[in-house]
Amino acid sequence: MVAEADVLIRLDGVSQLFAAGRRRPPVSALEDVTLDIRESEFVTLVGRSGCGKSTLLRIISGLLEPTSGRVDIGGSPVTGPRRDVSFMFQRPALLPWRNVIENVLLPVEILRLDAADFRRRAHDLLELVGLDVFAERSIWELSGGMQQRAALCRALVTDPRILLMDEPFAALDALTREDLSLELQRIWDDDRKTIVFVTHSIEEAVLLADRVVVMSPRPGRITKVLEVELPRPRSLGKSRESEELRRCSAELHELLFAREAA
Amino acid sequence: MTIGSRRLVSLLLPTLALAAAIGIWWLAKWAFHWPSFVVPSPAEVARALWNRRSYFPSQSWTTLVETLEGFILSVVVGVACAIAIAYSRLLERSIYPLLVAFNAVPKLALAPILVLWMGFGAAPKVVMVLLICVFPIVLSTATGLKSTPAELEELIRSLSASKLQSFRTVHFPSALPHIFVGLKVGISLAVIGAVIGEFVGATRGLGYVIVASGQNADTALAFASIVILAVMSVVLFYALVALERLIVPWANHQ
Repeated sequence: MVAEADVLIRLDGVSQLFAAGRRRPPVSALEDVTLDIRESEFVTLVGRSGCGKSTLLRIISGLLEPTSGRVDIGGSPVTGPRRDVSFMFQRPALLPWRNVIENVLLPVEILRLDAADFRRRAHDLLELVGLDVFAERSIWELSGGMQQRAALCRALVTDPRILLMDEPFAALDALTREDLSLELQRIWDDDRKTIVFVTHSIEEAVLLADRVVVMSPRPGRITKVLEVELPRPRSLGKSRESEELRRCSAELHELLFAREAA
Repeated sequence: MTIGSRRLVSLLLPTLALAAAIGIWWLAKWAFHWPSFVVPSPAEVARALWNRRSYFPSQSWTTLVETLEGFILSVVVGVACAIAIAYSRLLERSIYPLLVAFNAVPKLALAPILVLWMGFGAAPKVVMVLLICVFPIVLSTATGLKSTPAELEELIRSLSASKLQSFRTVHFPSALPHIFVGLKVGISLAVIGAVIGEFVGATRGLGYVIVASGQNADTALAFASIVILAVMSVVLFYALVALERLIVPWANHQ
């Protein structure tokens, strides 16, 4: 159990029903999800498609209101999108009519913060992910990996307390994906934001997480919470670590597939 | 193929097609012995254009001004209507069927009524342009405003943007490629609208020239007017294409 004082995000009995059309019973996407997430913790949600992990992320972000149960952030209930929570999507969702730096500064503009103050930070972030020279470029000149890096900068520009990531690397090739997971760890190591990261990749879930939350589909439920105790930054390439990573991955693999067989 | 030669081909092909069409026209007139007051030859049309070279510019200018005034009015009215439709279910349900019904009315039938209401000046022509080209602009703009990509919609929602901020930063810019489809359909219709307007109760403009030349059986003059109208349509259309490339450069990259 997580110590009371450290809890930043508290999910208590969260359930979500989706209407399935007339004369059909509603589909249960999430059932009685209860989970505490600590400040500065990196939590990954892993599960098969349709297990409600993205739905859960949207509920935490306030984009979606749960059918029942409650979500608290920092002790107060979530009623809608919050300024201190950033969301990163599977698609880069960059605006093609703005160049890279203008895209990164979009949240600053929407939240009516002082652009001059944040321009420096935006450039620093772009430099951190190796995109500074592309600051004035158009979006379509960037590769998929570069676009997702820019989206990461945009999510971080207002220095949010919580970063919610919905399969952000799923659409990238394997090499770019590994690059980005290393970069994300490095960035996280610097200022220890609270990150909730949804993925369907077991390796990615284990590599990034302090805790892996395993979910089962229909209805979405938490079946297991696994602690990963490994020094950072972690990479698939280091043999000493890969032993532990493999052990965790194997355990998760068993869990995810055993349920299916049962 | 290099960019230069591709551009050359894109100019050469329509020129060849035009030359072929004129050739067939000429050949048909010669083969079927069409008299000139029924179908003039291309040379006769060219001669009519040349002989009236001091007369045509002012007539064309009248039509062009009516077309552009009506078109700009259509853009303003059309985009405003589309925003109302896209953001209000109530207005969508009330205005939309009316627009569809109105679009089904033959606009030519309205020309005499417009003259009755607004007199013989430019006003009824401009209104005719509005009536005939506002619908595609409303339709395409409303479609564009309602087809914002889902991920951009979620992004702007996750930032708790106000309605106005969402419109300005996401909804309107992402609708622009759709809007330009409507504008390109609209501009061709706008020229037609101005000519229809000039068919009734006009003393100037290319539409008036066509009606007047019909009364004098001066078919070559009517054909010459039609040639100018066609050129005007093409130029206006490609001006919009150029404007689109300037304003919506990303449309070609998605």
